[in-house]
Amino acid sequence: MNGRRGRLWGLALYLFVFGFVLNLLGIVSHVLVSAFAKRWFGTPLPAAFTTQWFEYAWSNFDLGRVLAVTVFVALSVVVLALGLGFPAAYVLARRDFRGKPLLLLLYFLPLLIPQMTYGIPLATTLYRYGIGGTVAGVILANLVPMVPLAIFVLMPFFEQISLNLEWGAAMMGANRFQIFRRILLPLTVPGLLTASILILVNTVSNFELTFLVSGAGSQTLVVALFYNAFAGGVRPVYSVDAMAVMYMTTVLVLLLIALRFVRPTQMVFRLD
Amino acid sequence: MSPRAVASARPKARRLREPHALDAAAVACLVPSLLYVLVMFVYPFLYGIYSSLRPPQRAGLTLANYVAFFSDEWQYRTVWITFGIAVPNTVIVVGVALLLAYGMRRGIRFERAITTILVLPIALGVILLAEGILGFYGGRGWFNQMLLAAGIINEPLTLTHNYIGVLLSLFMQQFPFCFLMLLGYISGIDPGLENSARTLGAGPFTVFYRVMLPLMAPGIAIAFALVFVMSFGVFPSAILLGQPAGATRTIAIAAYQQAFERYDMSYASAIAVVMGLFQLAGLVVIILLRRRMVTAATMGVGKR
Amino acid sequence: MSQLRSLRFRITKRFGAKTVLRDFALEVRGRQFVTFLGPSGCGKSTALNIIAGLIPATDGEIWVDGQRIDQQPPEKRGFGMVFQNYALFPHLTVFGNVAFGLTLQRRPAAEIRERVRAMLELVQLPGFEQRYPGQLSGGQQQRVAIARALVLHPRLLLLDEPLSNLDAKLRLEMRAEIKRIHARLGLTCIYVTHDQAEALSLSDWVVVLKDGALMQAGAPAEIHDRPTNVFVADFTGFRNFFPVQVTTVDADGRVDATANGLRIRGRSHHPLGAGAKAVAAIRPDDVQLVPPRAGANTFTGKIEIVEYLGRENEAAVTLEAGPRVWVRTPARLAPGDTVAAVFPEERVIFLPPTPPGDSA
Repeated sequence: MNGRRGRLWGLALYLFVFGFVLNLLGIVSHVLVSAFAKRWFGTPLPAAFTTQWFEYAWSNFDLGRVLAVTVFVALSVVVLALGLGFPAAYVLARRDFRGKPLLLLLYFLPLLIPQMTYGIPLATTLYRYGIGGTVAGVILANLVPMVPLAIFVLMPFFEQISLNLEWGAAMMGANRFQIFRRILLPLTVPGLLTASILILVNTVSNFELTFLVSGAGSQTLVVALFYNAFAGGVRPVYSVDAMAVMYMTTVLVLLLIALRFVRPTQMVFRLD
Repeated sequence: MSPRAVASARPKARRLREPHALDAAAVACLVPSLLYVLVMFVYPFLYGIYSSLRPPQRAGLTLANYVAFFSDEWQYRTVWITFGIAVPNTVIVVGVALLLAYGMRRGIRFERAITTILVLPIALGVILLAEGILGFYGGRGWFNQMLLAAGIINEPLTLTHNYIGVLLSLFMQQFPFCFLMLLGYISGIDPGLENSARTLGAGPFTVFYRVMLPLMAPGIAIAFALVFVMSFGVFPSAILLGQPAGATRTIAIAAYQQAFERYDMSYASAIAVVMGLFQLAGLVVIILLRRRMVTAATMGVGKR
Repeated sequence: MSQLRSLRFRITKRFGAKTVLRDFALEVRGRQFVTFLGPSGCGKSTALNIIAGLIPATDGEIWVDGQRIDQQPPEKRGFGMVFQNYALFPHLTVFGNVAFGLTLQRRPAAEIRERVRAMLELVQLPGFEQRYPGQLSGGQQQRVAIARALVLHPRLLLLDEPLSNLDAKLRLEMRAEIKRIHARLGLTCIYVTHDQAEALSLSDWVVVLKDGALMQAGAPAEIHDRPTNVFVADFTGFRNFFPVQVTTVDADGRVDATANGLRIRGRSHHPLGAGAKAVAAIRPDDVQLVPPRAGANTFTGKIEIVEYLGRENEAAVTLEAGPRVWVRTPARLAPGDTVAAVFPEERVIFLPPTPPGDSA
């Protein structure tokens, strides 16, 4: 845009983005500072700092167990989602058949429909069959949106591999299994990596589904954080913030790893 | 023998398959994930609907749950409350995101940094943001401290544990996603179209209203739809930053309470169905509005 | 190289309602270089893929040395194949690519190394073992693709438009390469292309296809000099076609025919009766331009367009009688000049008329 009006307009936009970023940083840093505060009432910074709240949180919120559950659930979901999604993605990328658009829509539904809407019936069903409230239940629930995610992330990677590569291998004597092992698998490693990271980040930060399905011993970090935040002021806010910091660190580390393999816009999955 | 008779006597190629056709192995690849989606998604969904029609004390299928929901003021007002949160939030989020994405459609400085930072709220998730907002925007948080110190206000603003807190949280979560999505969409529109409009004498506003808006309409409609649907299901924000027993008791909270506090799964499913239906209705309205929007902007010129 | 004595097939292929190959039948003998030539969509690549076993035929049979193979999967047929886009495995080195088939056969490592080395030398890429396909030029990639197929000593080599992705100069080089390798190894080859120059220079036998049907099959000279129908003539460079009616035919096959007041004399290689309809054709290079005069097969006209081709010009001459004649000549011409176009009798051929509804 040219002209003074254009430049003012542009400035206003950048100002807004700047303001938003500051806002975000403010929110996050507040949590950070509070986690290290001894006591803090209405002053710009707390009078004294401490790390006691981390130990408090660790022992009082059963964080050892919560972290173990979170890691176990996340890794299981990655492995299972890839196991179920990888072959499906291959077929959907390579083959054409009547009803394929409908099938793709079906796979897309768990990503489109909000988790709260289908989470309640899902949780109800899991409880009815006695898996509600268990770690297995949490894994199964998280797989519902993650299997489709795996499929949709992997499909473009398969589409990129020319069919001629498979044909070339067949002409040189490779049977189907050998083509899979020697050609397809190595060439889809980047796709598997991308999918794993996205599934990992999504599962660790998943709230609604895990919240609805988990029980006392099967909460992930973010769900435990919610319960402690909402515990009605019984918990000192600093300890909750300490736990929040631990959660934040975990996610940020995952995010940093993720950004090595994946563009930021790919994390905003839904439509790309 | 005539050639045709000979031809039909020859066996058709059977063991080789067409490269793009489904064979037994391909179906076997699809079956596990398909079964999973059917069993763990479609079945609970359908069972939920069925269950909502079979309240515990009655025999046969009945709409008793739905009647109960809409006769109980404590329950049906949640629909109103939820709309009251979802609609303004959607308008604000999409409006601001659109303005920004449109303004930045030619490329933004520090693009990589900005997109990375904007991914943070999405990755960090609701709970962390909510906890942070409680602190930062709380009565004794930095935001109020700054305003007080600058003399803009005399008393701290109540921005948390109310309607405003919920809106704040929803905005922080959904704006980045909506902005990135619209930015991607709008940058994908051929800049040549805008340029030719300018050479034909259209000013910036005319370009926006008559050229770009109709082109962006599908993307905007999708953004509206997604943000509305997500906002309508608002749950943790309404609890942590709102008044879950009062002004921000959303329909999701009502469903949750029926399921996990009253253990009335049938009633809870009914409320979830109502929630789903309203989300669907919202989608339909948006689709219809989009047609009107495009027609208005293009003055009905051209097919549509 | 294990040698094949004969490959015989008759195949039909339908994709839904569309028939892509109609009863396409051929016998290929050992050591022959056969080319399937035709425009895009004529079914030539489909035929090749069916012979390779990558696509099944809707109907038909394929016989190799008396054994029926059309039910065999591609990995069992022992044919080599070279693709248009090279299809090199990007995650393997040149060595890995060329050795792929041998590795699957579990050959001893020393044997693999030696055979790969020898093959890379044959395709003139010695020492390239450790490079990756991404580091190679188009021509080099194609050589690796050829090496990869040949190292397995296939009894038949299939090539699907292998030179189409290369630029013009490289294409000429690679054409010579393929000819050299074929001469050296004496391997049976089936080559697919839409480029008639490639087909004519490389092959022992050319099969021209159109819409899934065989239009003509023969040695390159025959396809070039004695096309039997308008489609093949058009494809091999005859640019001038005149629908005519035959007046007389003599015992030697010399034909006299008329079209729009033009009287054309020439030869026909297929039986023609007086009064029959036919198409007279002559190549632009065969038309001679002289100052306006009268004579047999001499037609006056005005030059309309001149295309500069370097050593020669290609000019369009609009005859007084109406039709347009394309001429290729080294003479310097200008639009507007009046000239006479002479059709030497031995260079005019007569072809059957194109059926109605068919585009020539």
